[in-house]
Formats: sequence, structure tokens, C-alpha cells
Amino acid sequence: MTQAMTQPATAGEDLAIEVKGMHKWYGDFHVLKDINLNVKRRERIIICGPSGCGKSTLIRCLNRLEVHQRGEIWIDGIELNDDLKHIEKIRRDIGMVFQQFNLFPHLTVMENCCLAPIWVLKKPRREAEETAMHYLERVKIPDQADKYPGQLSGGQQQRVAIARSLCMNPNIMLFDEPTSALDPEMIKEVLDVMVDLANEGMTMLCVTHEMGFAKTVADRVIFMDSGEIIEENDPESFFSNPQSDRTKLFLSQIL
Amino acid sequence: MSVHTPHPDLPPPSTSVGIIGWARKNLFSSPLNSVLTLGALYLVVRFLPPVINWAILDANWAGSTRDACTDGGACWVFVKVRLTQFMFGFYPADQYWRVILAFGLLGVLIAWLLIEKTPKKSWVAAFTILVYPIIAFVLFYGGLGLPVVETNKWGGLMLTLILATIGMFFALPFGIILALGRRSSMPIPRALSVVFIELWRGVPLITVLFMSSVMLPLFMPEDLRIDKLVRALVGISLFQSAYMAEVIRGGLQALPKGQSEAADALGLSYWQAMFLVILPQALKTVIPGIVNTFIELFKDTTLVLIIGLMDLLSIVQSAFADPKWLGFSVEGYVFAGLVYWIFCFSMSRYSQHLERKLHTGHKR
Ligand SMILES: Nc1ncnc2c1ncn2[C@@H]1O[C@H](COP(=O)(O)OP(=O)(O)OP(=O)(O)O)[C@@H](O)[C@H]1O
Ligand SMILES: [Mg+2]
Repeated sequence: MTQAMTQPATAGEDLAIEVKGMHKWYGDFHVLKDINLNVKRRERIIICGPSGCGKSTLIRCLNRLEVHQRGEIWIDGIELNDDLKHIEKIRRDIGMVFQQFNLFPHLTVMENCCLAPIWVLKKPRREAEETAMHYLERVKIPDQADKYPGQLSGGQQQRVAIARSLCMNPNIMLFDEPTSALDPEMIKEVLDVMVDLANEGMTMLCVTHEMGFAKTVADRVIFMDSGEIIEENDPESFFSNPQSDRTKLFLSQIL
Repeated sequence: MSVHTPHPDLPPPSTSVGIIGWARKNLFSSPLNSVLTLGALYLVVRFLPPVINWAILDANWAGSTRDACTDGGACWVFVKVRLTQFMFGFYPADQYWRVILAFGLLGVLIAWLLIEKTPKKSWVAAFTILVYPIIAFVLFYGGLGLPVVETNKWGGLMLTLILATIGMFFALPFGIILALGRRSSMPIPRALSVVFIELWRGVPLITVLFMSSVMLPLFMPEDLRIDKLVRALVGISLFQSAYMAEVIRGGLQALPKGQSEAADALGLSYWQAMFLVILPQALKTVIPGIVNTFIELFKDTTLVLIIGLMDLLSIVQSAFADPKWLGFSVEGYVFAGLVYWIFCFSMSRYSQHLERKLHTGHKR
């Protein structure tokens, strides 16, 4: 690996994620417009905004589930481009939790958690199972290890999904509306796990409308509208003193 | 305020349980249903006893010539006398043990793989795929000290099973590769798969077989002579893999996109995601379609008749021409039909068992 490839774009600063002038189109539709975003290590960022404004697209660009067409994305000093080696490294470094959980229904909870550690990290099965058990205990469902995802409640499934990501020992976690598909009584159990994670110093980017959660854990709240970052601020100022009209309108609708 | 007394559990009304309840619900739920039930009942009473009489009660089992058939029922003596030929074709009688050994070994291997909780499954699977074909080839054809039996001597059920087994053995993996190719984002594999699938699906199997045995040799160099059976096998395998590909593509398409996204996000490579996440689920959803294709393949092997291969059906038919046994075609066809039915029905039952076994709770 050459020096140039691994050189952080902004040497000296300890950035986990750096996005510079990034654009994305779906066909003719300009979804993301000139996105600039720096995320420091251990920083917790909440992304919010009206439906269809491009929140999911933004965080999915960060692990190449979607491909950006202009600008640069650097993750832990590695540029995200067509190079498969880079994509591979970056995906190992980033965990992602989806709105629809996306657990593998043909595998048990334990097998879901061990699959990537065994095949991607080449861990011995025994070690992978120990790690998996450790994280299942942290999300408080060690007793469900031998069940299939279809036998669990939504909240339990989402906690398994979080544990599954953590088993890859990522430096960064992305969450795309992790609680939106859940019944109200299950939201809290998932948020509790996420708060724990935040308190342990995980770098987190989370798309969510749970403003209570945002206030407790976020270092910074980012507001997006029609593909642009309109405003970013610490949660205190963001909620009490929004700057733009669109932010005010959005907050008045959801609070 | 009154105190709530729990309602006691009552037995269900007698009209909803027992034989009467069942009959009422399933057979006589509407006037049309009642008419259909009575009609079906009439047909059973009218036709079943004669069939049973013919096939079993009045049938002739003993003896070895047609003179033994006097009772007016079916003459199973014909089938009995011809049975080894129906099973082995013109394979030399003193070498039958090779065929029995080859199929017996295959039976043991398959049972080992299908029955739950047998040890060392992956080794047995590797043996079945890599070593068994060589053993089977030597046993069937000869070599290593065994006398050679040319393929034109192979026939009967043995040939049918060889055609079907080899056809299935190739159709499934080829079908998977073609289905993946057709869904690939790379233009060249996709174009090749589409052309291949549409080409083979567009022609009837009978044409394929005819071309493989009549036309292909015209284009081939004189000295390169490929065995007729091999050509038929290639034709059947490629033809069925095109169908298999479309069945499997259906399964791939039915899978939510989130599954491959989750696999990607975890860092699995394309092939890891395919073999560990996508294919196990896609194949599971299309088990009925896969087994259906297998059953079709099994029955389609009868078409090799037109290129002069003696599979079970054609050898039964050729026996009708024996002057000593004229007039027993019904028995022959019933026997052949029964053999095909036993194999196809077993496959169908196994597929249902597999579906139940692989069911892992509710889909989301
Ligand atoms: N594959 C696609 N092809 C074309 N347009 C798309 C595609 N995916 C999303 N879009 C469009 O891009 C825009 C942004 O989508 P995105 O899913 O990022 O929104 P979002 O902010 O996450 O919304 P929500 O809160 O509803 O999840 C939407 O207008 C959507 O219609
Ligand atoms: Mg979204």
C-alpha cells in the first residue's frame, strides 16, 4: 500500500470521516448537493430533516452502498473510491444498522453475529462465538442466541443487528432510523443500547427523529433539506435557537 | 356492581367436529359442492372396483409364458419375464452387479447427505461430487480390469436414472451460474446469460436432441466421434439449466434488497454474500420450482427414444413387438408409468419435507 493512499487528507487532525464537496445524482435527480462534513473520532452526530431530503443516501454513501459522483470521502484516512481494496477496508471499519434490521433470516442469532467475523476477519469459530456472546450480553439478549430472527420481537431484532455490527469491532457506527420500524414500547430498549454505545466513545452517525435521544447523546445535530446541509449546531443551540426558517418549520412539526 | 364470573369453557358444537362436521365443512358446504361430491363418489364406485379387479384380484402373476395368463385380468407375467431387460437394457447379465453396486453406492451417499445428524457431511458431499462420478464411470463403462460395456448396451431404468441424475447434477450449478450472470451488473456475463437462456428456452427439447444426434455429427470432423449418450446428456443438461436459471432468478428477485446490503455493509465479498446469504435464501424459496424442474427433467428423459437410446419407456415399448408377447401393451405402459410415478412422487414428497425443515419462523 503506497503512502499516498493512506495519507489522511487533512494531516494532523484526528478525523474519522471527512466529506468534501460531495455530490450525488439518481439519474437526473440531484439528491446530494455539495456536502461538506467532518466528523472527529468519538464524535456523536445526529442527522435529521424532512422525508426524502437525502439523509439515508448520505450515510449510505459513507460505506459505498451508494456511489457518490463528485467530491471526496475519506474514512479514517482512506479515500473511498472505486478501489475495491479501499471499499473492503472501509466496510470493515464501519458498522451499519438499518431501519428494517436486515438480519439474515436463515441463520440463528449467533450465526448472524459470527458470519462476518469468521469469513471476513478469518477468526476461529470459538473466538467469534465468544465475541458474539459478549456483545449479545451487552445488548441484553444472550438467552436468544439460538433462536432465528423470525422468532424475535422487532426491538430484539434491532438489538441483534447492533450486536452483529459490533462483532466486527468497527470504529464508526452508522444508524439509519434504527427505531422507526418499532412499536413505541420497543423503542426505548434499542435507544438504551445506543446510549450505552455513545457513552463508551463510539463514533456515531445517526439518522433519527428521536429528539430526546438527540439531546442526550449528540455532540452535534445536522439538519438537511432537499439534499443540502442547511444547519449544524450543538443540540442545545439547535433546539432552542434554530437559525434558518426551514429548521424552525421542521422543528415546529416534529416537536 | 356485579362480580365478573368467568365464562366456562364449552365443548365446540357437534356440527363442527367429528366426521359429520368434517364432511359438512369439506364436502357439502354448498349445493355445488354437494353435487360435485356425489358425482366424484359415483365415479369412484363405478370405476375403482374394475381397476382393482384387473390390476390385482384377477391378475396373473405366476408362470413364464403367455399361456399362464388365463384369468382375464392383467398379465404381469409379461413384465416379470422382461423385468431384467426393463431394468438393465442389454447390459451383459453377468455384469449386472456393477450397475447395482453403482446405484447402491449412490443411494447410500444420498441418504447420508439427506438424513439429519449423520457425521462428516461435508466430506461425504465432496466424495459424492469429486470421487463418486469416477467410480460410477468405471463401474458402468469399464476399465481398471472391468470389461468395457459400450453405451449402446445400456438401457432401461438404468439409462433413465443415469440421464436424470447427470442432468440434475449439471443443471443446478449451471442454472445458478446463469441466473447470477443474468442479474450481474457486468454487461458481458449478463448478455451471454440472456442469450444462452433465451436460446435454449426457445427450442423444444426434442429438437435439441435431434440436432445433437443428427446435425452435430455433420459439422464435426470425421475422426472426432462423441458418444451418442454423451451428446444427449449435454443437450439435456444445457436445456434444463436454462429453465433452472429462470426458476432461481425468481428466487433471487424475491429477496429483499436489504439482505445484500447488510452483507455488503458487513464487509462480505460478492461471492461470500452470494454463497452465505443470498443463495441459501433464494434457493429455499424456490424449492418447489427446482423440484418441479427436476421432475420435468426426469420425465423428459423419455424423449431420448427419438435418437435411438433405449430408456425405460422405449425398452418397454420395444418389448411389445415380441411375437411371443403381442397384445400386452397396457401392462407395459402401466408398469412404466408406475415406475416413473414412484420416482417423481418421492421427489415431490422430499421437497415438501425440505420446505418444512428449512422453515425458520415468520418472514418479515
Ligand atoms: N434508488 C433511487 N433511485 C432514484 N431516486 C431515489 C433512489 N433512492 C432514493 N431516491 C430519492 O432520493 C431522495 C432521497 O432519498 P433518501 O432515502 O435519502 O431520503 P431520506 O431523507 O432518507 O428520507 P426518509 O426520511 O423518508 O427515509 C428521495 O427523494 C428519493 O425519492
Ligand atoms: Mg431514509
